[in-house]
Amino acid sequence: MKIGVVTFPGSLDDVDAQRAVRLGGNEAVALWHGDHDLQGVDAVVLPGGFSYGDYLRCGAISRFAPVMTEVIEAARKGMPVLGICNGFQILCESHLLPGALIRNDHRKFVCRDQRLRIDNNRTPWTSAYDEGQEVTIVLKNGEGSFVADEATLDMLEGEGRVVARYLDGNPNGSLRDIAGITNERGNVVGLMPHPEHAVEDLCGPGTDGLGFFTSLAEGALA
Amino acid sequence: MARVVVDVMLKPEILDPQGKAVQGALPRLGFTGVTDVRQGKRFELEVEGEVTEARLAEIEEIAGTLLSNPVIEDFSVHVEATREPAQ
Repeated sequence: MKIGVVTFPGSLDDVDAQRAVRLGGNEAVALWHGDHDLQGVDAVVLPGGFSYGDYLRCGAISRFAPVMTEVIEAARKGMPVLGICNGFQILCESHLLPGALIRNDHRKFVCRDQRLRIDNNRTPWTSAYDEGQEVTIVLKNGEGSFVADEATLDMLEGEGRVVARYLDGNPNGSLRDIAGITNERGNVVGLMPHPEHAVEDLCGPGTDGLGFFTSLAEGALA
Repeated sequence: MARVVVDVMLKPEILDPQGKAVQGALPRLGFTGVTDVRQGKRFELEVEGEVTEARLAEIEEIAGTLLSNPVIEDFSVHVEATREPAQ
């Protein structure tokens, strides 16, 4: 499948995400924040980084980038969209996902290999995992604390929309240990940890992140 | 010219780690008696002409869509009297 990776001013992990997309058996297409054009891709990744320097709020300005008009429209029609870290923040600012990400409760940037449990393997990004599977992928964020009101948290849990949860200690104060969520339709996934940094044995904590990038191809063949 | 000020604050129930850090620094500087600090943002918008109802409504929209995130923040808008430039 053709998976677009958007580069915003200040994106850091766009090239890693493109590489992970290729290692997952897909074609990576570089998309530019300033273009009203998705170049015919089948899915989109919003990568990590510090788009627009995190000015105003993380993701607040990127959400109004020209390409986001097309991303939001396509997402509402069911196109798979994965937002990683800053991408997750952009999806929340776009109101494609509920809740918001605020500064880590302990106020320090966190960078570590993080244990996670995949709680929902019914999204196009997580179908390569078993439900309840425990994985280790990289987490690195300063504003990764997921917050939402109680009613929204209850809804996310009740509808099985928590995609991944932190294990072995909460690294950033996220409510109910939430590391990733999906929308009602299940095509849009936001994830604070970075699966694109865990796709090769040479560097990173292993290859547990690869499933996020092989799921789409496997789903297409199924 | 007129100045319209938009104040943005985290909702009361949202944790404010930056405010906590500021509060934590106060006793170290010898200031006591401050029981809580919340940090917000102030935007000063210089606008053309008179501040009409329509203009204020537009600024409310700006505040609600870009300047604040309604999921975690509240905002308030007020018009500030501007001084005439000295002749």
